[in-house]
Amino acid sequence: MDTLQVLLMGFISVVIVNNLVFTKFLGICPYLGVSGRIDMAFGMGCAVTFVVTLSGTLTWMIDNWILMPWGLEVTRYVCFILVIAGAVQLVEMYVRKFFPTLYDSFGIFLPLITTNCAILGLCLFINLWGVDNLLEAVVLSFGAGIGFTLAICIMAGIRENLNLSDVPECLKGAPITLITAGLLTLAFMGFAGMIR
Amino acid sequence: MANDKSNDVSLSRTFISGFWNENPVLRLLLGMCPTLAVTAAVKPALTMGLSVIFVLICSNIVVSLMRNLLKPHLRILMFTLAIATFVTIADLFLKAFLPEMSSTLGPYIPLIIVNCIIICRAEACASKNPIVVSIIDAVGMGGGFTITLCFLAGIRELFATGAVFEIQVLATPETGGWFVPWAAMGMPVGAFITLGLMLGLTNIISKKA
Repeated sequence: MDTLQVLLMGFISVVIVNNLVFTKFLGICPYLGVSGRIDMAFGMGCAVTFVVTLSGTLTWMIDNWILMPWGLEVTRYVCFILVIAGAVQLVEMYVRKFFPTLYDSFGIFLPLITTNCAILGLCLFINLWGVDNLLEAVVLSFGAGIGFTLAICIMAGIRENLNLSDVPECLKGAPITLITAGLLTLAFMGFAGMIR
Repeated sequence: MANDKSNDVSLSRTFISGFWNENPVLRLLLGMCPTLAVTAAVKPALTMGLSVIFVLICSNIVVSLMRNLLKPHLRILMFTLAIATFVTIADLFLKAFLPEMSSTLGPYIPLIIVNCIIICRAEACASKNPIVVSIIDAVGMGGGFTITLCFLAGIRELFATGAVFEIQVLATPETGGWFVPWAAMGMPVGAFITLGLMLGLTNIISKKA
């Protein structure tokens, strides 16, 4: 396979087949917390996509060019979390400056992207999958962000309609959201085995 | 003396609240990612729970000790750095002594760093309270988390394989029994739906009580 084909396959695989939310259970907190309205969900998705692309790329570079040659793998987690915290700080300042209304509606969830498992999880998975060139790392991390956006927007769309339906009293709120997510996962399982 | 007594009462209340009133998974909806990811069987769930207890106690101690030195805007960063250090220790320990379990859990052990329970306890309890209260709180919260995890894993393992803690409870057709394993329970679907139903059940129980 030539490079382009590998990249394309990797992208589709991480967006649909190995979607972080549905198959790896990463990023569940914002997935449940911010999926109330489509516009907020989309904004969150964009912020996460940006942070994950940036930190996925940076951590790949740090891991392969600094930590591995010098045998500093022990400090891997500490370095990764520092990079992610820095990237989130950047996004937070940018959003506060240019989209103040969006900033207010996110509230606590924006700084909490630091502790979004999807981001650290992806950095670790890139390391685990043994990605060996920079371009592939960039494409995979961007794809993971798109996959997260896709998942959270679908969920927000469903939840907007769920508000109008008659849910049993005890299942209102988080429980019905989890069950819906389960059914969505079932749908996404149809893609399993399509690639690798 | 009276003061001591009320202190004891509030300590035990702190300890117990982690198990039900403020159960991190069922009530506060924290730490959902590991809850869903490692509960396909009881063994990994128990390992995960114990690792979380260890990290939670250590990070609560450290945060509690440095609570007077914290600057507001660097707070979260300091928490995560302290947590990352202890998670590295736990990860290396598992790799050395339980290599099989370590490869089953894979990246979910390092992901304890971003487990909301630990940051939430550092923020809500350890950064405001002296060291004893922080430790008690950590044990209570961690215990509540572990028990919930094991319960969820028990249900899923039973339906997915007919076994609990790898001991066959329901005989499958291969061994002449009637129970046909329900593979979906071992997959992501089972995790989401079982947890959803558990939360619903919690709502019913807490409303009656």
